[in-house]
Amino acid sequence: MKKNSVHNRVSELVVEKALFFSAIIAVLIIVLIAIFVILSGWPLLQKVGFIQFVFGTVWNPTNGIYGIFPMVVGSILVTLGALVIGVPFGIAGAVFLAEIAPKKVAKFIRPAIELLAGIPSVVYGFYGLVVLVPFMRHYTGGSGFSVLAGSIILAIMILPTILNISENALKSVPKEFKEGSIALGANHWQTIKWISLPVARSGIVAGVVLGMARAIGETMAVIMVTGNVTRIPGSIFDPIRTLTGNIVMEMGYASGEHQQALFATGIILFIFIMLLNLVVQFISKGRCKA
Amino acid sequence: MKWSAKLEEKVFIGLLWASAILAILVLFSIVGHILINGIAGLSWEFITAEPSRMGKEGGILSIIIGTLYLTVASLIVATPIGVGSAIFLTEYAKKGRVVRVIRFATESLAAVPSIIFGLFGFVLFVITLGMGWSIISGALTIAFMILPTIIRAAEESIKMVPDSYREGSLALGASKWYTIRKVVLPSALPGIATGIILGIGRSIGETAAVILTAGSSLGLPTSVFDPTRTLSVHLYILASEGISMEKAYATATVLIILIISINFVANWLMAKLVGRVA
Repeated sequence: MKKNSVHNRVSELVVEKALFFSAIIAVLIIVLIAIFVILSGWPLLQKVGFIQFVFGTVWNPTNGIYGIFPMVVGSILVTLGALVIGVPFGIAGAVFLAEIAPKKVAKFIRPAIELLAGIPSVVYGFYGLVVLVPFMRHYTGGSGFSVLAGSIILAIMILPTILNISENALKSVPKEFKEGSIALGANHWQTIKWISLPVARSGIVAGVVLGMARAIGETMAVIMVTGNVTRIPGSIFDPIRTLTGNIVMEMGYASGEHQQALFATGIILFIFIMLLNLVVQFISKGRCKA
Repeated sequence: MKWSAKLEEKVFIGLLWASAILAILVLFSIVGHILINGIAGLSWEFITAEPSRMGKEGGILSIIIGTLYLTVASLIVATPIGVGSAIFLTEYAKKGRVVRVIRFATESLAAVPSIIFGLFGFVLFVITLGMGWSIISGALTIAFMILPTIIRAAEESIKMVPDSYREGSLALGASKWYTIRKVVLPSALPGIATGIILGIGRSIGETAAVILTAGSSLGLPTSVFDPTRTLSVHLYILASEGISMEKAYATATVLIILIISINFVANWLMAKLVGRVA
């Protein structure tokens, strides 16, 4: 009997350690990712210089010139464009689902949004390539591969992220707040505008920032519709290349210094994402305290 | 004054309806366009024949098998780690720095773009560990990528199991681990399965990280050390290199049907979980 309980206690301890170890793996992986990507790109960053690499406007690997400024601009432009299109729709959809939609309608829309989130990015890219790009070629001239095409596709892709997180934030607004507003004679829309949206603001902002991180990190859909030209665009109808596009387009054949430059591109992207992620975690922490 | 407030309400609520309807229309137009154009290319032969002439002709058999290998292998790696980690976070961890660090890492991992996972998998598995472009390199990379999805779903569903279940088991003299194994996990199973299924969806849909780690070879893989091409990668190459739009549509159709089925199963399981613990 006693022996048995000792045995039990030991096995309990072993299990706990094993579980702890699996939880630590996530930490291990994120550290390994940072180390490996940074180490692989570091020699080139050091040789070219961080400032020269980020703000250099010429990308010409065959002649050893590595400047990714056009790609930095490209990534920022498509992301901003996606936010301009996607944020109003995402928030509107969230308000609709949280406050207005009759149960039957919500029951129909929610799986649709989930499906939208589940469709692979390459399928979005394919749709963009066969429908959106020809459409834009016809109506806006040029090749159709453009900042705008990328922004539209990305806006659709980040819609579920923004919508889901904003909806949760709106739903966690205490009912009493809304009832108080209605009792004071405000109508439904006024209550949404003056009570629900302001109270849920930090959650909505977190959703938008996460959507932004998704947009800036998206690869396949973007490379299929933006044309991948390494030049700073003059308008939203011009083609561009993003940071992610730069990596995946050239990784297949790059070697030596060129390959290091692609890893360095990855470092810059990683920095962007980590900054956005810190912002989100900071926002949601503030919300818990409030 | 009163009238204008009423008008404003009408206009804005109308706009909210319009945006919701637009979102649905966008979904239908994408899914509809691909299904309508792809269903013609879909046949038994397309599913069961080997691709020939770079995929311009024939079917997608080796690609389906490659996708299957990669997905199953990544789940074998990610599921135990993910579920174990979720059990630790919900049942064992005490609030403190360690848990905060683990949570931060999991959140960060979920935010890392797939192309960065691709770079990492390339330099660690393909180059440093000498595994080359192979199913195993791809599967390990994807496993790390879907880990946060599995952890989060498992955590949520374990949290949903009422404390009274645990207390009942402990009061009967069962140990903590026995309680988790026999009471908590079975109740949370549908939620955990949902996480795994969402992980399957992500690994089938992933392209960038797979190209960099598993390659894009069209051959039929015979072991996990062979390179392979997944459905998503195949669609990308067919479309972007203009090899065959007809085959691209058919491949996209297969992908869409898979994703719709996966979502359907995930929702069904989730409903089951809610029914079980409520």
